Amino acid sequence: MVRRNLTAYGFLCAALFCFTVFAWYPMVREFILSFQKTDLINPPTWVGLDNFKAAVQDPAFGEAWLNTVEFTVLALLCGYAVPFVVALVLNELRHARAYLRFVVYLPVMLPPIVAVLLFQWFYDPGPGLFNQILGFFHLPPLAWLDSSSTALISLVLVSTWMNMGSATLIYLAALQNIPPELYEAAELDGAGILKRVRHVTIPQTRLILLLMLMLQIVATMQVFIEPYMLTGGGPENATVSVAYLMYQFAFSQMNYGQAGALGMLLMLALLVFAAVQLRTTREDKP
Amino acid sequence: MIGVSATACGSSEAPSSSSANSVTITVACRPAKSAPKERQAWNADVAEFMKAHPGVTVKSTDQQPCFDPKTFGPKLAGGQMETVFVVPVTNYDDVIAQGQALDVTPYTSTIKNWNDLRPDVRELVTKDGKVYGVPNVHYSVGLVYNRALFTKAGLDPNTPPKTWAEVREAAKKIAALGPGFVGYGEYSGGNTGGWHFTQAIYGRGGAILTPDNKKAAFNSPEGKAVLQNLHDMRWVDNSMGSKLLVGWESLMMAMGSGKVGMMLGAPDVVTDVVNKFKGNVADYGITGFPEAKASLSGGEAYMINPKATPEQAKAGMAWIDFRFNTVGKGRFDFARGKANGNPVGVPDNDVYGDSPTGKAIQADRVKNASLPVTNYEPYVQAAATIPPKAEPVHAQELYAILDVVMSGVLSRKDANIDQLLADAETKTNTMLAAKG
Repeated sequence: MVRRNLTAYGFLCAALFCFTVFAWYPMVREFILSFQKTDLINPPTWVGLDNFKAAVQDPAFGEAWLNTVEFTVLALLCGYAVPFVVALVLNELRHARAYLRFVVYLPVMLPPIVAVLLFQWFYDPGPGLFNQILGFFHLPPLAWLDSSSTALISLVLVSTWMNMGSATLIYLAALQNIPPELYEAAELDGAGILKRVRHVTIPQTRLILLLMLMLQIVATMQVFIEPYMLTGGGPENATVSVAYLMYQFAFSQMNYGQAGALGMLLMLALLVFAAVQLRTTREDKP
Repeated sequence: MIGVSATACGSSEAPSSSSANSVTITVACRPAKSAPKERQAWNADVAEFMKAHPGVTVKSTDQQPCFDPKTFGPKLAGGQMETVFVVPVTNYDDVIAQGQALDVTPYTSTIKNWNDLRPDVRELVTKDGKVYGVPNVHYSVGLVYNRALFTKAGLDPNTPPKTWAEVREAAKKIAALGPGFVGYGEYSGGNTGGWHFTQAIYGRGGAILTPDNKKAAFNSPEGKAVLQNLHDMRWVDNSMGSKLLVGWESLMMAMGSGKVGMMLGAPDVVTDVVNKFKGNVADYGITGFPEAKASLSGGEAYMINPKATPEQAKAGMAWIDFRFNTVGKGRFDFARGKANGNPVGVPDNDVYGDSPTGKAIQADRVKNASLPVTNYEPYVQAAATIPPKAEPVHAQELYAILDVVMSGVLSRKDANIDQLLADAETKTNTMLAAKG
């Protein structure tokens, strides 16, 4: 049996090795680090829950969590629904589907740093593209990244634009797996487009929708590059995320244990969410 | 001759040298390949040093910038930190307190001009009587300004502002040149906002913390004056532009564009704006810190890897002495710098003060200047009279808190300065209490 599947086991071992070295070991190491005080030179000392206490007591801790949750909710509103609608439209198209699929996916091919810098120019309160467009319609300019009331949503827009292509393609693949007979039957029963979406498309893609919901929440709660590159966490801490705060702990304050503790708290929150989500998904199975 | 056999520094690997009389050290900060002349000069210095110290092998690393907070910890943890590495003054306390630098007290005699280094600068790398580094650069804050813009705005570049009221007036005139012109630039995020708030409040005679470091002290008339002045320039005069200049790079880019009139900064701002952001060296000047009662110390020091053997430590200190602390040699070889086309003449280092070494370096710098040194004369004269003041403890944590007050006044027309300061004070006191 083993000999017959030797190639498969070979691939499995390689994958397990990579996961162990590059994913699981760092996670275990971070877990240990979160209970230690370390200078990365001398042997670390165990400090119990001190790092967790210090992380929770940090002045930006509450703001970081609130911002992260707000970012996640806004990112879901934009980044979850919009790609699904785009995928629905692409799926219905008879012409130029391949071209439009390419166009939608194009931003994903752009390195994130380039996309972020591009939006930095779009958001420029002076000659920036967005304010030029607003001006064209005789609307007043917005401060975009430079106001605590608009900075977070500005970051959400960048994030949505960068990630929409991947989500759209996954939804599209799920839509194309729906047996056409179901639509034909619905059409024969006189269902319009909205009814077809409601009674055929959504039930048939429910599992992928739930999976994407979970993946997007896990990804958006770790938002880092946008606040790091565009706002430095400001103005007035309006865009400090949990991941950005971790970065500050580790690389500004050189407090690796405290950064590890915050990382563990974030992971714990995501694990709880993922567990609930997985349970929901399991119960949905026939 | 220095040393006996030694292990590769910062590594648990086997000894790198087989000879009983040899020692290998790694040194940080070799100029990048994109600066071939500077790199060639460095390599020549390495060769000269090794010739003068038989048995010592020097291996250079290219990381630029030399100190990168993102890689500092991982390099230490991975045993990749050089034997000799550089640390900015903002990180001295953390690096020393965390045991990430070697106690070099027994080796200070290797630095032949050690006693000429400014005592207050040496004090910054000294803790509990032990020395943890060799100060390499020291400067105090001034007002960097664009002379070309001053002329364009009808201001006299030879009589730059001396008071904040004059700064405000000059900023208004520069902003009036048209869209995109910024009279006065300031940071607001990534801890640089808090850093510059500290500079500004020190200048006005205020403090960040109480003398015992137990409580915040910035919710004071001086703190309010700093913020009110910025708020008024931004929202009443409209002389600070409409874009938040979040961090170091954004303000440097703006200065390099030639459309920003003034900013708080040290002379190294001019060097960076010219070398990295394509500013025209003849356009910039620096004058004294307006109305300054004290100035935040800036600079950097070379430190030795705590895993270095005594032989490596000695060799590392000898390298620091040769390359960074010898008049007319290494980085003080101004004749070579001028021949290589470097901007020589910016008074970006006052680590030796007016000691004999300092005077010799200054004379050599002026003799080989490749740019108008008179543009920096007001700064040199003013800096000598302004007492330096060290960074507050837990500087980076404080700067993160103070970023909020800076971005608050620069992003909100209706900013409540009292409230911003009170909130930051509460956060600071909580943070300090937690730190014990």
